[in-house]
Amino acid sequence: MTKPLVATGHFTGCFGCHMSLLDIDERILDLVQLVEFDKSPINDIKTFNRPVDIGIIEGGVSNSENVEFLREFRKYCKILVAIGSCALTGGVPAMRNTVPLKECLQEAYLDGPTIVNGVIPNDPELPILLDRVYPCHEVVKIDYFLPGCPPSGDTLFNAIVALLKGDALALPYELVKYD
Amino acid sequence: MAEDMRSLVNQTVERFGKDRHRLMDIARALHARLGYLSEETIGHTAQALGIHRVEVRDMVSFYSFFSRKKQGKTVIHLCNAVVERMKGADAVGRAFERELGIHFGETTPDDAITLHHTACIGLSDQAPSALINGIPFTNLKPEDVPGIVKAIREGEDMLNMPQAEVDSNVRRPGEVIFAPMERGAAIRKAINMTPESVINEINKGRLRGRGGAGFPTAMKWDFCRKAKGNAHYLVCNADEGEPGTFKDRAILQECPDLVFEGMTVAGYAIGAREGIMYLRGEYEYLLPSLERVLAKRRHLGLLGENICGCEGFSFNIRIQMGAGAYVCGEESALLESAEGKRGAPRDRPPFPVQKGYKGEPTSVNNVETLCCAARILDRGGEWFASMGSRDSTGTKLLSVSGDCEHPGVYELPYGITVKKLIDMVGASDAQAVQVGGPSGRCLAPKDFGRSISFEDVPTGGSVIIIGPERDLLECVRQFTEFFVEESCGWCVPCRSGTTILLKTLEKVMEGRGSRSDLANLEKLGKTVKTMSRCGLGQTAANPILTTINGFPDLYEARIKHEEYTPAFDFKKALEVGCEAAGRNLELEGIHV
Repeated sequence: MTKPLVATGHFTGCFGCHMSLLDIDERILDLVQLVEFDKSPINDIKTFNRPVDIGIIEGGVSNSENVEFLREFRKYCKILVAIGSCALTGGVPAMRNTVPLKECLQEAYLDGPTIVNGVIPNDPELPILLDRVYPCHEVVKIDYFLPGCPPSGDTLFNAIVALLKGDALALPYELVKYD
Repeated sequence: MAEDMRSLVNQTVERFGKDRHRLMDIARALHARLGYLSEETIGHTAQALGIHRVEVRDMVSFYSFFSRKKQGKTVIHLCNAVVERMKGADAVGRAFERELGIHFGETTPDDAITLHHTACIGLSDQAPSALINGIPFTNLKPEDVPGIVKAIREGEDMLNMPQAEVDSNVRRPGEVIFAPMERGAAIRKAINMTPESVINEINKGRLRGRGGAGFPTAMKWDFCRKAKGNAHYLVCNADEGEPGTFKDRAILQECPDLVFEGMTVAGYAIGAREGIMYLRGEYEYLLPSLERVLAKRRHLGLLGENICGCEGFSFNIRIQMGAGAYVCGEESALLESAEGKRGAPRDRPPFPVQKGYKGEPTSVNNVETLCCAARILDRGGEWFASMGSRDSTGTKLLSVSGDCEHPGVYELPYGITVKKLIDMVGASDAQAVQVGGPSGRCLAPKDFGRSISFEDVPTGGSVIIIGPERDLLECVRQFTEFFVEESCGWCVPCRSGTTILLKTLEKVMEGRGSRSDLANLEKLGKTVKTMSRCGLGQTAANPILTTINGFPDLYEARIKHEEYTPAFDFKKALEVGCEAAGRNLELEGIHV
């Protein structure tokens, strides 16, 4: 039997959820026994070439590139799991939502006290910013959510294993207590 | 000037005995004199009371009738509750904006007039309505606006304006509330009985709280009487803020004596020496007449020491004004507010009967409940229990408004069917009837055979008729918007949940929603209902949940066939980013 394929992706966030995934320590060897990794920053595979069983994504959606890649994830992944505060709610990056985008850019690139001859970055290589930072489920359909900032390595491991085995997810209180 | 303000603060704080619990009154008095509460005033007040500045700011910032910015000499609060908008409040609002040359939330350049919106002010039967410096204006029409503004500008007495009139609008008086009673009749009966037998008489009448929850009044009084404390308090909840409710207004206009009579009887029964009537800020115009009635009652020996010659029975009533906050109608939030704090609901237990006002045993009763109690003492519990339905004895005041021919207050025996009621008020063709205000439920014609009673469809009094031509979902949207506005923000399910409910509903209404959005509305609605700590959050999803249930076709007709649709329009969301960086999606070949 072929191993299920897993892809992971990262949008606007701090990469902390991926760090947390590495926090499963030596269990990563168990995980590798269970699954094969496809597109992921962990193995640096950059594009989808085939359908994937599970997609795990962290980070919110703040620009055109995020939208594009998130849609790609939806297209290729049978099951899409959003993990961490940024993916679920926009998280820390969404703090900019309290200030209109134009004001943010003006303060950062034109009017800030340390700026001389400022310009708002406009290289075509750069993604274009959205007016707000959106949670993933407002852009595509998300099948499962794992909250936490970040969800701990144990939470992620238990959740992924439960999903692979088709078990009900039973997380002890310590793993879903956030304060 | 600064010195003047400081001495005014000191005098005011002195006047209220330097009592931190009277911060609401202190803030109200200062606001009335200064027109707003500046950071400086807040600081001085805190200093004079010996508390931290943040405690004062915390309280002041909570209430919609306190401004921390300088306002005009005249402040107009135009009501934009659902019924008011049905009756044309938006057109009146536009007329004010045009006439004054400002938008809502702004002050005219000459600092003369400030224009605000406000939630229901208890005049839905005479909508559109407004409070102008606290004076109620009713049945407003856009063409009235220029005359009103002219009169304000010319400094005329607003009370002389033809629109400054509130009709008590009692369409159908009944035997319990709107029947004559001799002053002191109930008190004299009570003092010839032991407090226990007074409670027993109420129990015989099987009286239940009229605010909506229907807790047995005798049980509440009994718990309170038996609870240990340094003092017991009786609080009359006259903070009817549920949109579409105005029955207490009618009581306070027509028979304030009956309420005070009931409060005194309750005071005797629970062993209280002090009663507080918490009157909503919107009803400030009723204050002078209520104070006159209280003075009269003191003069007649119906309040004060040794009432009606009953040795040792002393009871006094003071009126505590609120300052515009819906959530203060919830009893624990009301107590917080009466103690001069922000109106955030408390955790229960302990219940107010154990630890209420100032941490002492307190019975909080609705205006109408206290009237019923007085009447039971006068006419007997058995007589009272002979009216109404099995679990709901006596009569109920219903405030009927919306799309009907005869809006107003109706006193009817419990158990009346919705059908009978709408025929009576001239709304036989109603599309829906919202019973119990936004926090109640929306009944479809198939439910019109149901009865208004605790065992079937309970209500604090609000009955809003939604006519056949009306966009029902728009009403639901406005109700939901109301909860977003009034949530105190303490708990996440209420604070965030109400906003997400509103956004999802708007998405559905704009035709961008999918089946999963409907499922989310129900799922989230249930979360908000079960996970919020007070009644506001627990009922905030009702407009959506009860209409999804009663009018599924209205929702079905507006959703798309896809299983999922995104929450926003990507192209639109990228517009500002493109503009700021001088970029063009199409030229760069970016497809979204």
